[in-house]
Amino acid sequence: MQSALSLRLAQRIGPLPLKLAGAAALAVLLAMPALHLWTDPASSLHVSAYTLTLVGKILCYAIVALAMDLVWGYTGLLSLGHGLFFALGGYGMGMYLMRAIGHDGNYQSDLPDFMVFLDWKTLPWFWQGSEHLAWALCLAVGVPGLLALVFGWLAFRSRIKGVYFSIMTQALTYAAMLLFFRNETGFGGNNGFTDFKRILGYGIAEPATRATLFLLTVLLLVAALAAGFWLVHSKFGRILTAIRDAESRLMFCGYNPLYYKLFIWVASAMLCGLAGALYVPQVGIINPGEMSPANSIEIAIWVAVGGRGSLIGPVLGAGFINAAKSWFTVAFPEYWLFFLGGLFIATTLFLPRGLLGLLRRHKENA
Amino acid sequence: MMHTTTSQQVQRESWDGDTAASGRLLQPGLDVTHGQILYLDDISVSFDGFRALNRLSLSIAVGELRCIIGPNGAGKTTMMDVITGKTRADSGSAFFGQTINLAQHSEAEIAQLGIGRKFQKPTVFEAMTVQENLELALAGPRSVWASLRARLTGQQRDRIDELLTLIRLGEQRARLAGLLSHGQKQWLEIGMLLAQEPQLLLLDEPVAGMTDAETEKTAELLLTLKGRHSLMVVEHDMDFIASIAGKVTVLAEGAVLAEGSLQQVQADERVIEVYLGR
Ligand SMILES: Nc1ncnc2c1ncn2[C@@H]1O[C@H](COP(=O)(O)OP(=O)(O)OP(=O)(O)O)[C@@H](O)[C@H]1O
Ligand SMILES: [Mg+2]
Repeated sequence: MQSALSLRLAQRIGPLPLKLAGAAALAVLLAMPALHLWTDPASSLHVSAYTLTLVGKILCYAIVALAMDLVWGYTGLLSLGHGLFFALGGYGMGMYLMRAIGHDGNYQSDLPDFMVFLDWKTLPWFWQGSEHLAWALCLAVGVPGLLALVFGWLAFRSRIKGVYFSIMTQALTYAAMLLFFRNETGFGGNNGFTDFKRILGYGIAEPATRATLFLLTVLLLVAALAAGFWLVHSKFGRILTAIRDAESRLMFCGYNPLYYKLFIWVASAMLCGLAGALYVPQVGIINPGEMSPANSIEIAIWVAVGGRGSLIGPVLGAGFINAAKSWFTVAFPEYWLFFLGGLFIATTLFLPRGLLGLLRRHKENA
Repeated sequence: MMHTTTSQQVQRESWDGDTAASGRLLQPGLDVTHGQILYLDDISVSFDGFRALNRLSLSIAVGELRCIIGPNGAGKTTMMDVITGKTRADSGSAFFGQTINLAQHSEAEIAQLGIGRKFQKPTVFEAMTVQENLELALAGPRSVWASLRARLTGQQRDRIDELLTLIRLGEQRARLAGLLSHGQKQWLEIGMLLAQEPQLLLLDEPVAGMTDAETEKTAELLLTLKGRHSLMVVEHDMDFIASIAGKVTVLAEGAVLAEGSLQQVQADERVIEVYLGR
């Protein structure tokens, strides 16, 4: 009960200073691609390709964290398999990027290099049409959505809940990882996809391409936040929290939780897929490692640390942890996991509402 | 053979404008030609070999207020679980009206058909305000699509105001339900039941944890509902039962032990034995 109440408090729209901070952050994000394109590399205002890619990558993670929070923080379904939906979106986009390499690969073949290496003569059926970006995007959103639909239907219909549900999602991503590790599966085995050359004819490493991808990521994050805001403040959103807090009461009010869970679960998976599709061209690689169980657990940690049951919390959490991670992995690579674990335990013990709760408490006391 | 009312039918009908004003005795489509709204016939339920309900038969008349008493573990809550679809009977049948076989419907469908239930432990949505709790319970379409587009109509607002007055929580409407007292939560849950406009209300220990004054108010409330709704009330509080009861059914060891007025059952040897003996 205590936690239900504190979640509710965290769900309220932030106070004015938080809104101002949000507007400032958005302005900075929108300025970054411009500063990358149009300032002198020697100038102190210049945003390097490294920084732009790093921030773009973190923004993709933030979108995933938001998607995760809709099912966990609001609906109470702890998924430990969200990395799978993200990776599948990445693979969808990766298929297009591999095809777009054309004859410029090492083997100068029509087929992607790894297929030539396996001595395949024709494209497998599921690669048909992947030379079109539009179709690849359909796959990037549709495949995670379809998988979530089938998995969710089976799990929610059998009323699988709590830790059993979490374990099943974890097993799902693990099984998918093993499948994708196999060369015969047709997705490049453990190397995955890399060495992309271009997207829609533009060089993948061109500043303008980077800036555009970055901008699209910012727009997707803003759109996801807006859609999330509308969703959680609708009657639908209240039904989600009702599922989280007292599912049987809701059923005896005449609502069937199955369809509500399924809707938010599938929507969340599709959003992750889209984030994955924007991630791959920016970082330039996708491999089955993205499906590792640890990745999905990390997503849950971003949300817990940022503050679940709010829209901004997960975004903050993903941003803070990944910024810390990129600093640690340069400065003290061997201590990163200790830091992450410690941070998670500290949040669980002392900050049930996450970083956002800390910010808000600060405000309330002031 | 008569056809069973579909949940969609009921849903559409309960969305009719003029039904929103107050509870109704009968939902169109429910066949109660023999004057009974609920029939339980020869119901048995076992948990790991333990018989919680043992060939229980019981029926409730339209508009009746029936009290159910019985010692702890008699199977009162289990009976409500069977009626509302939470537990499936091993044998026997449960009918709502003449034609609706409750075993064929899920919890949510049964609620939509017009059976509302208050849990033994008061259960409300603690992270929502009192008013929001009532809004969610309000009769109306239950689909995802409808919930995405839902807007409160003026009529629904009036209905909520009316309910808030009825359950004496008008002043608390903007408070989080989790902050209410135990008795207030009980009332809120009763209000949520009424918002659903059920024809049959199942109340499991509605006055547990209430002060004497609150208990008295609850008795008054239930008496006003009688006639407009059919009610089944499980209670241990005999004074409360005495203040509302018409007919009382005594359950013991999963079966009906006695039935009649409160005086009659209190004078019954076997009833005295299960309450005092052993
Ligand atoms: N899910 C279950 N699994 C196993 N046993 C159960 C289950 N539900 C109820 N029982 C048992 O069935 C018997 C009847 O329980 P029930 O809750 O219906 O009693 P009750 O009449 O409501 O009692 P009380 O007055 O204490 O609420 C009890 O002995 C109980 O332990
Ligand atoms: Mg009971």
